[in-house]
Amino acid sequence: MNDQQLLLLAVFLPFAGAAGILLCGRWPYLRETVTLATAAAVCSIVLTVYLQFNGGVHLAVDIAEPLPGLAIRFEVEALGMLFALVASVLWLITSVYSIGYMRRHNEQNQTRFYAMFAIAIGSTLGVAFAGNLFTLFLWYEILTVATYPLVAHAGTKEARRGARTYIGILLGTSIGLLLPAILITYTVTGSLDFREGGILAGKLDPAWAGLLYALFIFGIGKAAVMPFHRWLPAAMVAPTPVSALLHAVAVVKAGVFTILKITIYIFGTDFITSSGANDWLIWFAGATILLASLIAMTQDNLKLRLAYSTISQLSYVVLGALLATNMGLLGGALHITMHAFAKITLFFAAGAILVAANKSSVSEMGGLGRAMPITFGAFLIGSLSIIGLPPFGGMWSKWYLGMGMVETGQWLLLTVLLVSSLLNIAYLLPVPVRGFFGKPKDGTTYIKIKEAPACCLLAMIITSLACLILFFYPDPFYDLALDASGGK
Amino acid sequence: MIEQNLSLLLVVIPLLAAPITAILPNGKAPWLVTLVVTWLCLVMAGWQLSVVIDGSVISYELGGWAPPWGIEYRIDALNALVALIVAGIAAITLPYALRSVEKEIPQHQISLFYSAFLLCFVGLLGITQTGDVFNLFVFLEISSLSSYVLIAMGKQRRALTAAYQYLIMGSIGATFLLIGIGLIFAETGTLNMQDLHQRLQPILDHRTVHTGFAFIVVGIALKLALFPLHLWLPNAYKYSPSVISVFLSATATKVAVYIMLRMVFTVFSSDFLRITPTEDIFLLLGAFGVVVASFAAIHQNDIKLILAYSSIAQVSYMVLGIGLASALGVTATLVHVFNHALMKGALFMAAGAIVYRVGSSKFEYLHGIGRQMPWTFTAIFIAGLSLIGIPGTAGFISKWYFVLAAIEQQSWWIAIVIILGSLLSVVYMWKILEVLFYRPAPDKGLHVNKAPASLLVPMWVLVLANIYFGINTELTVGVAETAVKLLGVTAP
Repeated sequence: MNDQQLLLLAVFLPFAGAAGILLCGRWPYLRETVTLATAAAVCSIVLTVYLQFNGGVHLAVDIAEPLPGLAIRFEVEALGMLFALVASVLWLITSVYSIGYMRRHNEQNQTRFYAMFAIAIGSTLGVAFAGNLFTLFLWYEILTVATYPLVAHAGTKEARRGARTYIGILLGTSIGLLLPAILITYTVTGSLDFREGGILAGKLDPAWAGLLYALFIFGIGKAAVMPFHRWLPAAMVAPTPVSALLHAVAVVKAGVFTILKITIYIFGTDFITSSGANDWLIWFAGATILLASLIAMTQDNLKLRLAYSTISQLSYVVLGALLATNMGLLGGALHITMHAFAKITLFFAAGAILVAANKSSVSEMGGLGRAMPITFGAFLIGSLSIIGLPPFGGMWSKWYLGMGMVETGQWLLLTVLLVSSLLNIAYLLPVPVRGFFGKPKDGTTYIKIKEAPACCLLAMIITSLACLILFFYPDPFYDLALDASGGK
Repeated sequence: MIEQNLSLLLVVIPLLAAPITAILPNGKAPWLVTLVVTWLCLVMAGWQLSVVIDGSVISYELGGWAPPWGIEYRIDALNALVALIVAGIAAITLPYALRSVEKEIPQHQISLFYSAFLLCFVGLLGITQTGDVFNLFVFLEISSLSSYVLIAMGKQRRALTAAYQYLIMGSIGATFLLIGIGLIFAETGTLNMQDLHQRLQPILDHRTVHTGFAFIVVGIALKLALFPLHLWLPNAYKYSPSVISVFLSATATKVAVYIMLRMVFTVFSSDFLRITPTEDIFLLLGAFGVVVASFAAIHQNDIKLILAYSSIAQVSYMVLGIGLASALGVTATLVHVFNHALMKGALFMAAGAIVYRVGSSKFEYLHGIGRQMPWTFTAIFIAGLSLIGIPGTAGFISKWYFVLAAIEQQSWWIAIVIILGSLLSVVYMWKILEVLFYRPAPDKGLHVNKAPASLLVPMWVLVLANIYFGINTELTVGVAETAVKLLGVTAP
């Protein structure tokens, strides 16, 4: 098989997997084997692509040309490679987790769940490997639509309402703001290619750059920059594995990934700084970081608290893009990885608490940690990584983001970053602290409650170890991020 | 040899088949004849398009009388494309018709039904072939009269009122058109389109010409259900038999759009648009049509009604494209004529399949039906995405060109209206999807089977076509661009 086909296989194999899952729907064990096999296969394909990429092979393939000059093109570049690695590795881990979670939680329609999950991952890889803005938009929209059934999974009134908010905001922003932005870009430049240094410079009147950039930033609703963030808490009605992989990793990171791509390859950092397109937008990201953290502190429902935390953390990446310096972009790109591993650990733990103890409110978790030490231990590690303490991977991305701010003299933003870290401590650490040292509200002791199923524990242990390893050995992701940010 | 005669054969064969079908015994025979005729026409229409796709023109003189005295059939890329849509939709509807018609039409009327169907088919095809405005009027009447009959054959008694309403409105429209044609005939003394074009150029500022144009535009606007002349359409589509909803929604309004293009650009001209406020009127009514019809669609509680209002909105897009009066705008209109036929055809087929199983298209009877009819539901889902304009579907291609055309002329408010229409379509499509899939079925809800294969296969052919033409646009955009060149649309 040649290298080009490898790339197509990475994107389309999950779709084939979804078909397989639907066919095997009647036999749960076979169905889950298909899921795991597909996930493992996709993971190894993406790793192969990575090895090829590191070896200097340039992979690109056009599959069709729907509009003159606008091909559906897949191409591997550093940033996309980084995102694809994160998504495919975490899909494999999440698949293991889902099996334990979905069974124990007696979820309905599991076949549909696994099939749509595979499709969502295929679309995410499509986003990651998109070779031009047109292709990226195509997969971005497919991803939106494919995740809707997962959010509405339960089919209850609450799930329907949450899913409606989800699809309404995501489709609304992408059709209402992102599509016009793409069309304006196309009208001005006659192209939607990703090019080093951007395609807009010299074609667009700098006075309009800020407006167009704003259309992009807000149009990419998946990045959840306020005021278009409501869909993310609404999506928490979904089963926990969906929240974990899609709404902490794949979907939201597809959003910030798109923003990074547009910043680097459509606008180009030089054009952004020279036109001042980022001047006022940067405060939206800054405000989102702070406000979302503050809201997170008020949430008693653990998943909602994590959702607001995600909104806040996503804006770190957006901020990195908006700084438009090498350091900022490096920090932003690294944060995609670091936050992914940490946040998925937290969601895994939240799901484990839900299936094992049937608790979802932070206030009810006193003393639970002593009954479920592994789960709460993993939660602690994930929290520390998000806060950005050594020896966990989360430190590196905050480090480079901070450097970017020092470099550009944005002292106020640096303060925002530091305050936000303090807020992270305030809303994340109470969970493990209460779990280990608190007392149950009604004085009962947890004798019957045991740890979550082994599958769930395994997944959690792997991701929390990854947080640790990423501190000592961030090199693969660091190199990719450095390459993407133009520092190499 | 046959190539030169294709245009006449396309009209004559179904015209002859119609009376033959009427005298055949009720049963499968009338269906079979219609099936063969429509597929034959599809092959000929495809052949015809392949001849003129390079921008050439076929001129056929009826009875050997040279134009402008005799009637001329004049085929270029534009006619051929619309003829292909009409024949294609008819051909794909027929396999679907067999079971659907058996269920919805009384046994003793089946041969008459197919006969009327063929007449409607002849009318629509004839409009696309002829190069003579009076002949066009005749074909328009053939298609209209037969469609009144077809709509009246709907199962519910209210089909009669719907058909009657359409009859009155349609006849007024036809009268307006005829008066308009009469006025320009009085001015020029000719009925041949090319000849009219030549003779009208020096007298474009005559008051009579303006009056004639106004009558013609109003007449056609009634046929294509342009806001505010759209009131006949929703009931006509709702109460007609499923097959007729499919066929009319995918072809009738599209053919009316074609007449509008021909009249505006071939008979009159781009220059005429510029010296009259026509463009602005088109833009204004089109914009209102998109917004009003989309909001109306949101408030319906019946699949077929939602789709009908959505059709009005979609036709308004096409009028917006004509109103932009640029090459890109008209290209967008033509591409959308083709793509909308695909998506509405698929959607109405799916709605028909639901009616076939459940017996109603009202929401209250459809809670959770999508879970029991997964294939039909998925078809609605994908065709709905196409309607919204999600990339990867045919609908996206049309949206792309519409917005591009608006931006090109800096008509920002038109761009906003198109985007808004798209957002509103998200709302009403999602309303349908939610009811069909996520609403809990009523206690001891009725159990329905999956739709029969003869309904599913044509439906899915159209659904897959929606995806195919979203990825490969060589045919749609290519032909549209050739056609626009021949129409002589010049940028203002």
